[in-house]
Amino acid sequence: MTARDTILRSIQENLRAAERLAGPGPGPGSGGDDLISRLYREAAPRTPADRLALFEHNLRDYEAGVAYASPNTIAEAVACSLAARSLTRIAIPGGLPAEWLPSGFLFEPADDCDPTALETFQGVLTACTLAIAETGTIVLQSAPGQGPRRLSLVPDYHLCVVFDRQIVDTVPEAFVRLAASATLPTTFISGPSATSDIEMTRVRGVHGPRTLEIILAKS
Amino acid sequence: MRISLFITCYNDALFPATGQAVVRVLERLGHTIDFNSAQTCCGQMHWNTGYLREAVPIIRHFVSTFRDAETICIPSSSCVAMIRDHYPKAARESGDPDFIADVDALLPRVFEFSELLVNRLGVEDVGATFPHRVTYHASCHSLRSLRLGDIPFRLLRQVRSLTLCDLEGLDQCCGFGGTFAIKNADVSSAMLADKTRCVFNTGAEVCTAVDNSCLMHLYGALHRQRTPLRTAHLAEILASEAEGAS
Amino acid sequence: MTEPRSADFPHAAREVLQDSQLRRNVAHATDVIRNKRDRVVAECSSWQDLRDAGSAIRQHVLRHLDQYLLQFESACTQAGGQVHWAADAADANRILLDLLVRHNAREIVKIKSMTTEEIGLNRSLAAHGIAAVETDLAELIIQLGRDQPSHIVVPALHKNRRQIRDLFQREMHLDSLGDTAEDLTAAARQYLRQKFFSASVAVSGANFLIAETGSVVIVESEGNGRMCLTLPRVLVSIAGIEKVIPRYRDLDVFLQTLPRSATGERMNPYNSIWTGVHSGDGPQEFHVILLDNGRSRILRDPEAQQTLKCIRCGACQNVCPVYRQTGGHAYRSVYAGPIGAILTPQLHRLQEGASLPYASSLCGACYEVCPVKIDIPEVLIHLRGQVVRKQQATLTGKLGAWNLGMQLAAQIFVSGDRLALAETLGRLGQRPFVRSSGFIERLPFMFSGWTRFRDLAPLPAESFREWWAKRSTTP
Repeated sequence: MTARDTILRSIQENLRAAERLAGPGPGPGSGGDDLISRLYREAAPRTPADRLALFEHNLRDYEAGVAYASPNTIAEAVACSLAARSLTRIAIPGGLPAEWLPSGFLFEPADDCDPTALETFQGVLTACTLAIAETGTIVLQSAPGQGPRRLSLVPDYHLCVVFDRQIVDTVPEAFVRLAASATLPTTFISGPSATSDIEMTRVRGVHGPRTLEIILAKS
Repeated sequence: MRISLFITCYNDALFPATGQAVVRVLERLGHTIDFNSAQTCCGQMHWNTGYLREAVPIIRHFVSTFRDAETICIPSSSCVAMIRDHYPKAARESGDPDFIADVDALLPRVFEFSELLVNRLGVEDVGATFPHRVTYHASCHSLRSLRLGDIPFRLLRQVRSLTLCDLEGLDQCCGFGGTFAIKNADVSSAMLADKTRCVFNTGAEVCTAVDNSCLMHLYGALHRQRTPLRTAHLAEILASEAEGAS
Repeated sequence: MTEPRSADFPHAAREVLQDSQLRRNVAHATDVIRNKRDRVVAECSSWQDLRDAGSAIRQHVLRHLDQYLLQFESACTQAGGQVHWAADAADANRILLDLLVRHNAREIVKIKSMTTEEIGLNRSLAAHGIAAVETDLAELIIQLGRDQPSHIVVPALHKNRRQIRDLFQREMHLDSLGDTAEDLTAAARQYLRQKFFSASVAVSGANFLIAETGSVVIVESEGNGRMCLTLPRVLVSIAGIEKVIPRYRDLDVFLQTLPRSATGERMNPYNSIWTGVHSGDGPQEFHVILLDNGRSRILRDPEAQQTLKCIRCGACQNVCPVYRQTGGHAYRSVYAGPIGAILTPQLHRLQEGASLPYASSLCGACYEVCPVKIDIPEVLIHLRGQVVRKQQATLTGKLGAWNLGMQLAAQIFVSGDRLALAETLGRLGQRPFVRSSGFIERLPFMFSGWTRFRDLAPLPAESFREWWAKRSTTP
């Protein structure tokens, strides 16, 4: 008998035994209560302005930088953020809108770069799939404009453009929107990488980008 | 109202003054107390130590002793928790429909002492005077099983001349835990040391609670450390009337 | 688990209690996480509903575990993953070793995982000359210090900065190193970076397996997880069979409760969700090892099977007053704290960890915070019942002081008259122990633990029942 058969048979036998042991009444092993209660809050009644404000608050709370732009001034905001840190050589994923890229910087498509090559970039600029206001989270997937996961991981600086229409209030809302692309490699990012392993002191930046900045494109 | 007192085994033997205080308070409020001398123990020690089979006859004895009681008053939240949290399971596992029915009928009539006063009798001011600085220790069962919340505080706030001192780490266990204090004596005493430090820091003269078990454990350490702090069950504070009477 | 059990909990705890530095560190760390947790849980208006939903989902999974595992296997395989089944630790280690030998891997990178701790993976690999490099900062601290993890989420909370500085400086061969948390974190980043880039195989655990999509979920903070999950060519995830959840959308519950419960964050910095193999992104060969190792047997016990609902957040440890005093080491088990006290003895059929169900004052704080509502105190009592029955099956257990005492007490407690008699006898029997202070300061046998730290007031001259009887006869 294979381990697979052994395990499956053991599960089935033990579950049957539990049902017998539990007997009548609402014991933990008895059937009939398979309906899962989902009384928790799935949406929040927030105005767009409040949602944006909450998202920004939570981003800052987790030490991510925030800058504002309108949909047609993204390139200027990108230039501003990069110039403030004197960053010039930036990795970009395939499919990133060309109009986001200001002149005077070196943007290189880097979807095919290996980690060592990615390490030579000063930063990375990406889009995202969506963002969650209540947790200050951006969600990236393997998709045009976002690139493979390593792209937003190895460079030490990550700049991400989020449109206000991409922001949902709650985690459950995010999963409704993500359902269609559930099987794409997906990363939830909430602030720069961090650790509290040493005396519970939060330190920003361990292995992931030590700096995360968000450009909020408000229409 | 006719109130049946379940004194509990350890109060009977070790803390008769608590029982006397309960009687005094309830009689002062105009109620009639009865005491069935067939009563013994709720079965908690056996149950919580894992002597589940041995606990069942004790549980059945309790149920039959109090079958006809209208209202049962118990000055020990952990015994009330034992009854509410575990009797239904013990009855269910026995498969005896009479036992199950008796337990179901019994549960709504069981009250912890402070719960009885505030929730059942609707009294907060029992006419007590206690001119001392007092801190209140919330036992785990009173907090998480009975969910007494501010009930004991509401009673204490009505006591004349009493100064209530806030206890830091109110939700922290004192480390008694029944046979835990014996089986894991070192850990229990480490927890106790944290608790006595907090109690001492309140500057209170008296530490009170709705469980003498916690208080016995606390006082054991306070006495060993030769501190002047004493402990007294909430009923004893609520029973005291004029100065000197405590 | 192959850890030898040299001591039971009370003895191990006594040793640990001598280490005041460790106790301070543990108390500080648990206090910090607890406060953070309370803050972010308070923000969450439907917390109790989330606990209910989380509990219901996990309970539902257990009841249909075989079906969900098969569904996961099929979906994961379809997406290009390879699913292996391991009945026990030896199975899992063998499967992994075969994979590593096939890929000629001498050094692998690893994400913190309780499951790999449980199967003693690092020792097993070392025996075959393969180095498993721990990449989580705390695990790295543990590994370099040849130490044992003491907490599910913050395994090195028993070490302070200066201790870590000395350790890193020695083990990483650094001439000088500051002792701020920032300095130490930067040193770890530097040390591990090349290992991430050069490793061909990574090993991880799994926070969740999604049956519907065949996806695997890892929740982490540092980015070492993302490094392991995306850079090496081959990835092997080892997951307990109970880790499966039915649907993708079920994550909406656990990604709200797990981060808040574990580290007190609204969301931890990184969650990775991936499904099989994705061309051009991440490992091109992906294996999942589904580990039983005693889990399926736990399903047999209707009372205790809820133990398997656990999502390993560690919240029960942070509120446990026993754990707060002892830290994790006293449990002599990979799984410590309240959850360890119920999981360990069950995984080992009480052959190990039989003292752990008693390592609790039953204060109930663990149940109150558990995001999947495992009634830990209830399970502890249930397991105590099994321990007692097992002891009573042996002659020494039957004739032991505890059993005799409990049997005697049980006989007394079924009659008011017997109790009255016992009280009278007690008053006589205590006389030799009552000191001139009027207190009992030393008791023999199993009660010695009480009087080592506390005095005991003797039984008063008159019991309540005697007072009552006198009072009712003299109106």
